[in-house]
Amino acid sequence: MKNEELIAKMKAIVQPYVQDEGAFNELSEETTFVGDLKINSANLVDIILDVEDEFDIRIDNEEMEQMLSVKAAMAIVNSKIAT
Amino acid sequence: MTSKDIISLLPYADPFLFVDGLSIISGEGATGYYTFKEAEYFFKGHFKSHPITPGVILTECMAQIGVVCLGIYLLKDDITENFKPQIALTSSYVDFYLPVFPGETVTVISEKEVFRFNKLKCNVKLFNEKGELVCRGTISGMLKSKNHD
Repeated sequence: MKNEELIAKMKAIVQPYVQDEGAFNELSEETTFVGDLKINSANLVDIILDVEDEFDIRIDNEEMEQMLSVKAAMAIVNSKIAT
Repeated sequence: MTSKDIISLLPYADPFLFVDGLSIISGEGATGYYTFKEAEYFFKGHFKSHPITPGVILTECMAQIGVVCLGIYLLKDDITENFKPQIALTSSYVDFYLPVFPGETVTVISEKEVFRFNKLKCNVKLFNEKGELVCRGTISGMLKSKNHD
């Protein structure tokens, strides 16, 4: 999947849970979910579950702990849909 | 793990414990009950000379039985002398249909919707003694387990 396509899908998934709208408007690969977007831990789980549904993949605990930024999430999604 | 064990692990006490007992508990859900005593502190002010159980208290009762008791049961294998489960409420959405007056006993029925990455999300209903639906909603909490803190 193209990077722009993937980032657009990530943005759509993340949007309902964002607390910091300003940081969301400037979302890039470097944006972090908790630090920048001020998403709480429970909504971070919702994002992971939505990512699983969107891309039809399964994320385990270890991968979840790595998914701190948009970039890290995209890397995990890419590695899963590639296999 | 018995209903008594679970209640003894709850982090609440009078006047903010809203669980008298649990009748069903499994990995899929919990059913419990509570009687709102005439002497509950909030009846003095909600409302002036017209006591009705506040919606936030009904929500709390639903959360204590439906999410916290169930969460303790789900984490039962992690519990030790030094580790007691901790649960933080993270969201609630509740619709209310009927009032609950002093002295009424309510039954809370909770069904687990999702329990992953320590987030427990439940569909919870609260019924009065006549079996009428008083309120229902979705309540979520984050559980602090021994392995993922």
